[in-house]
Amino acid sequence: MTDTLPDNHRLHLYREMLRIRVFEDHIFELFEAGRLPGTVHQSQGQEAVAVGVCAHLEKGDFITSTHRSHGHAVAKGIPLREVAAELYAKAAGCCHGKGGSMHLGNLALGMLPAIAIVAGSIPIATGLALSQQMLGSDRVTVCFFGDGAVGTGAFHEGANLAAVWQLPVVLVCENNQYAASTPFDLTSPVPNVATRAQAYGIPAVTVDGMDVEPVRDAAAEAISRARKGAGPMLVEYETFRYCGHSRSDRNKYRNEEEERRWGERDPIVRQQRRLQEAGLLDDEAAAQIRAEVAAEVEDAIDFAQAAEAPLPVALWADVFAPGEAGMPDYWPGEETGEVSQ
Amino acid sequence: MNQPRPITVARALRDALTEEMRRDERVVCIGEDIGIPGGWGGAFSVTWGLEREFGQGRMRNTPISEAAIVGAAIGAAIGGMRPVADVQYSDFLFCAMDQLVNQAAKLCYMSGGQLRIPLVLRAPVGSNTRGAQHGQCPETHFFHIPGLKIACPAGPYDAKGLLKAAIRDDSPVLFLEHKLLYGAKGRTQPRAPSVTEVVPKEDYIVPLGTARIWREGADVTVLGTLLMVHLALQAADILAGDGIEVEVIDPRTLIPFDWEALEESLHKTGRLLIVHEDHRRGGWGAEIAATVHAEFGHLLKAPVQRLAAPFVPPPFSPPLEAAFVPSADQIVSTIHKTLAKDYDECQ
Ligand SMILES: Cc1ncc(C[n+]2csc(CCOP(=O)(O)OP(=O)(O)O)c2C)c(N)n1
Ligand SMILES: [Mg+2]
Repeated sequence: MTDTLPDNHRLHLYREMLRIRVFEDHIFELFEAGRLPGTVHQSQGQEAVAVGVCAHLEKGDFITSTHRSHGHAVAKGIPLREVAAELYAKAAGCCHGKGGSMHLGNLALGMLPAIAIVAGSIPIATGLALSQQMLGSDRVTVCFFGDGAVGTGAFHEGANLAAVWQLPVVLVCENNQYAASTPFDLTSPVPNVATRAQAYGIPAVTVDGMDVEPVRDAAAEAISRARKGAGPMLVEYETFRYCGHSRSDRNKYRNEEEERRWGERDPIVRQQRRLQEAGLLDDEAAAQIRAEVAAEVEDAIDFAQAAEAPLPVALWADVFAPGEAGMPDYWPGEETGEVSQ
Repeated sequence: MNQPRPITVARALRDALTEEMRRDERVVCIGEDIGIPGGWGGAFSVTWGLEREFGQGRMRNTPISEAAIVGAAIGAAIGGMRPVADVQYSDFLFCAMDQLVNQAAKLCYMSGGQLRIPLVLRAPVGSNTRGAQHGQCPETHFFHIPGLKIACPAGPYDAKGLLKAAIRDDSPVLFLEHKLLYGAKGRTQPRAPSVTEVVPKEDYIVPLGTARIWREGADVTVLGTLLMVHLALQAADILAGDGIEVEVIDPRTLIPFDWEALEESLHKTGRLLIVHEDHRRGGWGAEIAATVHAEFGHLLKAPVQRLAAPFVPPPFSPPLEAAFVPSADQIVSTIHKTLAKDYDECQ
């Protein structure tokens, strides 16, 4: 299948991965320099999964994400400006500064704001898929989660339900070998996440997550199955995060040899080499793509830095759905933000 | 002899665990990212390095399985161990709600007292620019559940003494620690007060159900827990400049609650402000306020005031978060309100 990918599509995969990498590297520097509040969980090294999976999705398809949400947001097509502004806790961010790094998303663009309770999104993805099945739509839901999520009950309950109801959901596990500081084999009696799906009769495969075209092919099959109504599938991608788990983590529980081995499989370098060998990318074109990506990232960060913080009154906004009938939620002695306007 | 050095809350908790694990072989730690060489010692370094002395058999690293962590700790406790389980953020207690609320809190009662559940469940609370799913102060949810004790130390001395008492207690104790009080330094903790104390070298406990008076004063009582204790102390400093004497009381445990200490303070001041970081509406402070009015109304010179988080989830944006968490300035202005409202003058 790989050989039949249209040329511009193969270039697109490369460019999208580069957008994530360059953005993440910038964000890391800004975070280290104390310019960003809170924490960040980054995805350098895992770009092929986000990009390869999202490449096959329509705008109306849904994805759900985790605390490690930056790459998914970019790959699903949320404008970089909106993503950067959210990381900067600005009103122009995709969640108006109320979510931050762990909660990126824009439902209108098909991304449920990310859920940072590990595995919390798995039953919700199941429900999103249920809604599409019941509404007679052919939209597919892709649920991204980490290897750590399979230890939770929520994973098993969600997977079982998806299988019993044959829902149009694709379970995408990014097995980056660690859940925070915990190596996968310390908490899993079987070496692969894909094995877990057998118990639910869910077809599953384990795929190299460091190579974007095979990633895309595996996702394409799972997504088209789901779209046809053939039920859920689980795709496990073996991958690696280059960065620490979150802000100050320096990966002391990993070793350099391991990091070097994975680094040699870098998905961006591999795709660039493949495109060059196929005569689709020369040095000049590669330099141009890099320059365009760098300019886009810089623009997004400039935008985010210059954007306004949320107004104080935003503290009270969106606790409930706006415009509902009935009495406002008034309580004597409580501030509501209206006075301070 | 060397002068004993002041230590942080994180260190005090680690020392308490170390001493109790040495004292009693049945004490075992259960949680995520603990006991890993090169690892973190849990999310906030409390169990850092303990595997070197106690091994991974007693520092049991788990999958991400909060329900199983709490459930296994309950079972192990019933079977003869004294587990200290932990979740990385108190927000994840909700993943283990059945085990905590339907099981841990009720098994002693519904078995007619057959079962003992000597379980400690540690959980970090408080807003720290992590937003709605990592910033809650959920103590009131559990304050409403008969069968759980709730400890909430505000400083190193109390952290160590309360944790030891909790480990030796035969009932389940929910042990809440504030993220900004661990003593971690750095720019991501701009609101963290520096709280270190010298603690005794000798074995000691802080009995559950005993309040601590952090500062004495005759004009108004401020009752608070965790981070709010330190903001109340800052407010007391500010008001001292105006000649207003603030008494700051920390119950240290919400269940059991030291009513004697509060009553005594009210005899002196007749005015009460309750501060917590959990939501004001339906918060534990409301229960204390209602009880004070009903039972100690004769001591009050003015209605009890409350200051707490508004009825919205914790926001991520730092300016919104600053408006969400009660501040020392707000404590000052609410104290002024308490002082201004006088029942006599109202009549
Ligand atoms: C229910 C729950 N427990 C614990 C955590 C704390 N935590 C955040 S990320 C993480 C590790 C997740 O590992 P994995 O699922 O493999 O995702 P990765 O970080 O590797 O992308 C943990 C333990 C959490 N967010 N939610
Ligand atoms: Mg992982």
